[in-house]
Amino acid sequence: MSDEASYQEPVRGLSPSIIQWVILGLLLLLSAIPIFSDGITAIRAVLTVLMVGMWALWVWLQPQGGQGLVIPLLAILVSFLLGGIVLLFTARDTVGIMLPFADRLIIVRDGLIALIDGAFLRPRAFSDTLVSATPLILTGLSVAVAFRAGLFNIGAEGQFLIGAVAAAFIGYAVNLPPVLHAIVCILAGAAGGALWGFIPGILKARLGAHEVINTIMMNFIAIFLTDWLVSGPMRDPGSSFARTPSIFPSAQLPQLGEVFPNVFGASDQLHIGFVLAILAAFGMWWLINKTTVGFELRTTGSNPDAAQYAGVRVERNVILAMTLAGALAGLAGAIEVQGLNRNLAQFFAAGYGFDAIAVALLAQNNPIGIIPAGIMFGALTTGSAILQIRTGVSADIVLIIQALILLFVAAPEVIRWLFRLRVEKSTLEEVPLTRGWGG
Amino acid sequence: MIEFILEVPRLLAVAVVVATPLALGAYSGLFCERAGVVNIGIEGMMLSSALTGQLVAQYVATGWIGTPLEPYGLPFAALVGILTGAALGALHAVLTIRFKVDQIISGTAINILAVGGTGALYTLYLAGGTAAGVPISPGVFEAIRIPFLADIPILGPIFFDNKPITYAMLIITVLAHFVIFHTPWGLRTRAVGEKPEAADSLGINVYTMRYINVIIGGALAGLAGIWFTLEDIGTFNVLMTGGRGFISLAALIFGKWTAFGGFGASLIFGFAQAVQIYLQNQGSPIPPQFLNMVPYVLTMLVLAGLIGRAVPPAADGVPYEK
Repeated sequence: MSDEASYQEPVRGLSPSIIQWVILGLLLLLSAIPIFSDGITAIRAVLTVLMVGMWALWVWLQPQGGQGLVIPLLAILVSFLLGGIVLLFTARDTVGIMLPFADRLIIVRDGLIALIDGAFLRPRAFSDTLVSATPLILTGLSVAVAFRAGLFNIGAEGQFLIGAVAAAFIGYAVNLPPVLHAIVCILAGAAGGALWGFIPGILKARLGAHEVINTIMMNFIAIFLTDWLVSGPMRDPGSSFARTPSIFPSAQLPQLGEVFPNVFGASDQLHIGFVLAILAAFGMWWLINKTTVGFELRTTGSNPDAAQYAGVRVERNVILAMTLAGALAGLAGAIEVQGLNRNLAQFFAAGYGFDAIAVALLAQNNPIGIIPAGIMFGALTTGSAILQIRTGVSADIVLIIQALILLFVAAPEVIRWLFRLRVEKSTLEEVPLTRGWGG
Repeated sequence: MIEFILEVPRLLAVAVVVATPLALGAYSGLFCERAGVVNIGIEGMMLSSALTGQLVAQYVATGWIGTPLEPYGLPFAALVGILTGAALGALHAVLTIRFKVDQIISGTAINILAVGGTGALYTLYLAGGTAAGVPISPGVFEAIRIPFLADIPILGPIFFDNKPITYAMLIITVLAHFVIFHTPWGLRTRAVGEKPEAADSLGINVYTMRYINVIIGGALAGLAGIWFTLEDIGTFNVLMTGGRGFISLAALIFGKWTAFGGFGASLIFGFAQAVQIYLQNQGSPIPPQFLNMVPYVLTMLVLAGLIGRAVPPAADGVPYEK
């Protein structure tokens, strides 16, 4: 009976596998661009190989040899097309006058070139892309871990902020030997974020309060709390604007430009935090797929009633998942302070919470897939600055593209319908992502 | 203390005003969720219509494009804002009903799209002021004083000396209650939200009911959005809705999925906000950031069921498949 019920018209339509390999090939080419741009240095080559390897690993880890990738790849393609169309109808010159159609077409072309150029080709662009990708990978992992346990964490932004506050405080207020200081800072950041995830977690587990609204409320509370701390008790009295004192060098995560100024140039900001983010992704993959804890989290996510019946303590797992998610986002905040900013300024929040959701969904909540997905979003952010400078188009166009990617990966049916894709029987775990207010 | 008590009627008048977008947002959620569709995109719908309303007000109503529409400029801008909300409601409906996208994901996507879209349009057409060739804002709706009724002590200034969207909110409160609980349409809507299979077997078209209710909800969120630009301050600021769409969902839940309940809850949130503004003006020693946190903390307490507990419609958030 069940076979009949799930029977679907298999004959008409495109085969997903061909499209998948074509687009994947294009993306791999794009990944290899950095090698030919910045000149081949050993570390860059290693990074590129790493990135290509990441794509390959993601494909390999997908059930049925990567067919699950079709939707994300097509989603990216369609979003870029739509972004181009938006640009085509809004592009104006510097005085604000609508240009002739042919000129607008040129702006669209130049925009795409500027985006790729700004994200990969310019000097240090690839480093900048990886720097922007670092918090996205960690917050993306945060959202993905919660998703796997059937929870929707929109609170990565707040958890990120609290992690940053905690790390900055330990960084400038406590004196510890190098290495140890950095580690304590990172742990403090993770603990701060974990607390911010634990609160909505326990409210959900014990009182059934929906985590979606609670995590959003926690974001606002974190924003106001950080604002008060940074402009009040934690403010650097020597600075003319509201920020904390700089953290001690012993708490800083080293940047490439600081360690090898002669090889990469002193302003290369790629820091060790990127490696930590990659390690975190592999750690999460291992935790979710290879351990009992991960198994219980996944069971809680796919069927809480069955999990309860089988002896899994659902309440405990809900709290654990939210705490873990918070810790990952807090880690992102700590690393951003220690590796990049070295202090915490007012208005530090940058909307990572929403980007993180898109990154997690693009990677279909696969921790390894989050690495290329995070790099892709980081590239869009880095590239958008150059896009704005060169073509005068608002960098917000990239936000629209990112939102469209999210929309399409969240709505695979739309992509299947657009491309008349065949529905093939999939062994993918069909996890209902979220549920209504009832629990 | 005595001073504060004497202030209460004036604070209540402020509360009704700042509760307007919250209450309208709650009614938006009411129509959607009573029909079984969770709408977490209210925030994004508000933000989008706030922008389009202001855009039309500045460019069309002032005669920057075509002839000036005075005195119909602001109402026309308001209409465009409401239609923007309705269009996003339609998008949410198509995604969740036709394509069965997870309702909370779809709402979140609408929120993100709104942030990106309004940011881009703001930079393109509204940023920079007159120096960048942007027409000046035509201002906001004027308050309308209802003769005689406005002279009633205490109640008069609170309810009968307001601007049009606030009046609309008060009227919609009664209207929404009547439609949802006392008309065949409302009965069908609730049936679709509680037990769609049963409603379907009685010949009610579940999909149509859900489509129309979600679009109505979108229009109401649009009305809430234009309150920010066309009735409150007359300019658009990036991210100006500041989470009010989410707070209105909390008001809906606190109000147990009813119109009057949602109104009462919004009024409580509004009053908290009025007290916060009052304390800030009095030079309270509490840092403003903590006063700003109050509505969000209150929302969490409400959701935790520490202040009242309610049961959502049974099929709320569940896609319907024949």
